Amino acid sequence: MPTFEPKRAAAIHRDLHSHVPSDPVLRVKALESLAVERGLVTSERIDAWVEAYSEHIGPKRGAQVVARSWLDPGFRTRLLDDAASAIREFGFEGDATGDLKALENTPEDHHLVVCTLCSCYPFSILGMSPAWYRSAEYRARAVREPRKVLAEFGVTIPDDVSVQVWDSTSERRYIVIPQRPAGTEGWDEDRLAAIVTRNAMIGTDRHLEIGAP
Amino acid sequence: MFRPDDPTAPPGQVFDAPWQAQAMALADTLVQAGHVTPGAWAQALGDALRSDAITALPDSLDTYYRAVVMALETVFDERVGVSKATLTQRRHDWEAAFRDTPHGQPVVLK
Repeated sequence: MPTFEPKRAAAIHRDLHSHVPSDPVLRVKALESLAVERGLVTSERIDAWVEAYSEHIGPKRGAQVVARSWLDPGFRTRLLDDAASAIREFGFEGDATGDLKALENTPEDHHLVVCTLCSCYPFSILGMSPAWYRSAEYRARAVREPRKVLAEFGVTIPDDVSVQVWDSTSERRYIVIPQRPAGTEGWDEDRLAAIVTRNAMIGTDRHLEIGAP
Repeated sequence: MFRPDDPTAPPGQVFDAPWQAQAMALADTLVQAGHVTPGAWAQALGDALRSDAITALPDSLDTYYRAVVMALETVFDERVGVSKATLTQRRHDWEAAFRDTPHGQPVVLK
């Protein structure tokens, strides 16, 4: 037989109408409000960052860098020599990614990037990293069994191609320059950039698709 | 869990919830402004990701961002001069403000 307990009913009613956010929301509000009060950040700067990384900054930036390296031998040399300086010519708004190193795939070499400590990533040119890049499993296995991890991405690396794994740090981050696919002769920078995938610039993709002719 | 994404799928949202974006924004802004060194931030985040509280949770993005929040609390305490007690008190203040503010009204700290 149903019973009615006034106190319990009132508690349920309060809960149903409660709009108290979840624990992480409250903790972030505490952090942000204290940081603003102490003059460490401004709300405007936080809002601008969120908008930029939610809407504007993504792997298209890196793809442009790759495409230019394929077309302009002088840029390619500068990029491989000092990637952080070389990409300044693009004038990307936002902060750079510290010390950036470009790793060029060749027929004999394949490069794969990971951050075993946390999730260091060149996000000012690739946007936010994909979920799998931040997973504990990828961070552990990319170093231990890179070929197996690559196979799970559908990428089979022949035995005569060496796989080099690069562990990102807060001081040094990486972008992989994939090989330019055959059949793209005469393409301009924008058309080339459109075929460069985010995963290729991390190294979990190797052969770029050029699509329908 | 680790699962390669489908490269043919349409791009999804970058963040699942605003708090995740705000936490990342706060971390990156503090580093860019020089309040926290990149190395200290990476270490704090690495420690948080390896902590028992985080490794006990599913290997998901939500868990990752919870580690980001933990790491922020650590660098606030150790590098920025905002103690964990202050952060805890402020969290409770926000909770009270949300609880006590009628629907439709802006939530402000008292």
